Amino acid sequence: MHNMKYWWARPFYERSTQLFLGILFAALAVVTILHVALPEGHALYVSSYTVTLLGKYLCYALLAVAVDLVWGYLGILSLGHGAFFALGGYAMGMYLMRQIGDRGTYGDPVLPDFMVFLNWDSLPWYWWGFDMAWFAFAMVLLAPGLLALVFGFLAFRSRVTGVYLSIITQALTFALMLAFFRNEMGFGGNNGLTDFKNLLGFNLRTDATRFGLFIATGIALAIGYIVCRAIVGSKLGRVSIACRDAEARTRFLGYRVERVQLFVFVVSAMLAGVAGALYVPQVGIINPGEFSPIFSIEIVVWVALGGRATLYGAVIGAILVNYAKTVFTGVMPDAWLFALGGLFVLVTVFLPQGIAGLLRQRRKRSDDDESPTDAPAKEASA
Amino acid sequence: MSLLTEFAQRDRVFDFLTPSESPVDVRHGPILYLEDVNVSFDGFRAINNLSLTIDDGELRCIIGPNGAGKTTMMDIITGKTRPDSGSVWFGSRHNLLMKSEPYIASLGIGRKFQKPTVFEALTVFENLELAMAANKKVFPTLTAKMTGEARDRIDEVLATIGLAELRERPAGILSHGQKQWLEIGMLLMQKPRLLLVDEPVAGMTEQEMERTAELLISLAGKQSVVVVEHDMGFIRSIARKVTVLHQGSVLAEGTMDQVSNDPEVIKVYLGEEA
Repeated sequence: MHNMKYWWARPFYERSTQLFLGILFAALAVVTILHVALPEGHALYVSSYTVTLLGKYLCYALLAVAVDLVWGYLGILSLGHGAFFALGGYAMGMYLMRQIGDRGTYGDPVLPDFMVFLNWDSLPWYWWGFDMAWFAFAMVLLAPGLLALVFGFLAFRSRVTGVYLSIITQALTFALMLAFFRNEMGFGGNNGLTDFKNLLGFNLRTDATRFGLFIATGIALAIGYIVCRAIVGSKLGRVSIACRDAEARTRFLGYRVERVQLFVFVVSAMLAGVAGALYVPQVGIINPGEFSPIFSIEIVVWVALGGRATLYGAVIGAILVNYAKTVFTGVMPDAWLFALGGLFVLVTVFLPQGIAGLLRQRRKRSDDDESPTDAPAKEASA
Repeated sequence: MSLLTEFAQRDRVFDFLTPSESPVDVRHGPILYLEDVNVSFDGFRAINNLSLTIDDGELRCIIGPNGAGKTTMMDIITGKTRPDSGSVWFGSRHNLLMKSEPYIASLGIGRKFQKPTVFEALTVFENLELAMAANKKVFPTLTAKMTGEARDRIDEVLATIGLAELRERPAGILSHGQKQWLEIGMLLMQKPRLLLVDEPVAGMTEQEMERTAELLISLAGKQSVVVVEHDMGFIRSIARKVTVLHQGSVLAEGTMDQVSNDPEVIKVYLGEEA
């Protein structure tokens, strides 16, 4: 298992990854059949609304995988991953705004509505290029990646880790939220960016486009999962675990811990950005609320519930919690936060390894490529 | 032309022109050279004008009461603590005071901590794999492949430290003594020139101690080994040359017999135990 021709091909030989991809694609296929083949009104028909909802869950799942990569395998509890998610979302949102063209309320061919409303006469420089899809999509990766690079460089070089790092990441996302709330920033203030029409020429209001976005998100989740598995299954993944459990020791072995942390952190931020970019066209809006510190904490709760340092646990956690949220907020909206808090407490006390830990106990080390020792030795890094 | 050639060879005159990856130069004797090193923490002088040389291939034991500065000395050599003054040289070429911990590790100084620290979530084999001398930058590590040669090297070390049967088990399940050995094994994987071993037999049984003594003796000669230890019986069983530290400087140096008969040493240290 340690020896493959290409390091990035390793995940395809792992049973756990094969199983994950199998289940994911089977689920996509089932939804496809129920959505496309069944007539509307059939008992099992999956509506376009549900498809979009599922697409949203998959975005959250990808975001949770990104958080699990840094928290589970590197021991860095980021309480600011919402910021990377939102930046990816804004990059996509800016592209979608430019796609509106002169179909806005004010009919300006270049300026988005909110800029006309603010009496701006030209597009700010940081909006340049967002009319081109390739540029905007590159920014989906680069904007969060660059923020993570600068932030991580400063934090890890100064050996800021543990609780202090978590607090700084909270501050980061909070500061960005306040900045994006300001109209002068040029990102639509507290209304954010909305009223999107087209994505790559496809009308966002049609069922077919919504379904396409759902499938695209599923594929993005699969790719993100494989990327993460390739990293954690490599020697670098084992070095990450070493950094998590005994940072000083790793340094004395000759590894530059801060560079390992920086690399993994940047990859994770980029994955979060992709999740944000796929989220925005499906929900139809991006506003500074995505930067809110509470959202970033919620992501961590999904991962904790699903089970840290497993990746698939993060997916399970994100989907289950968000499904529960949808159900709960429909039935009794006021009780949701209590339910989430209660669930978190219960899982922490009775299932410290999360749902994935429960699955693993059942399976009782049936395969060896998903070694049970991936999980943290002690619950110290939280 | 000859002038030009001479000029081109200036790297022999100016040491800073040599690539810093150059091997450790021990032609002039010592592999480790500390002179007049001072460190104080909040006014407490942990290291006080410490001068010490370790010869290439030597097995040296360092003893001293608690607070004598033994661990601080190791911290200085490995780059964890910066001294207030003094100089520390590795061979006659590498000034260790300017270097970071990973860099010093890459020069060939390996350190075993007082408390055994192995990566408990990883297997014994993986622990050794990570320790192996290799390009430890991020991307080479990401794309690293296990070669047959590396596997042989790991097997060899596994045999040396007697953990071959536990290779696929997580290091977390090892006994205290086994963790100590694994850590020594991790040092060996780095192919160090100099091994710093802090209290290797703390908490070991008699048999484990004997095995450790054999292990350390077998290493000396190929590597230079510096052992810091409290256990007098253990020191007696391995020591050729002993240095006694007291209040941050060298109190006495010599064979175990010489040292243990030194009245100063008896007064500050051995007196309590002998």
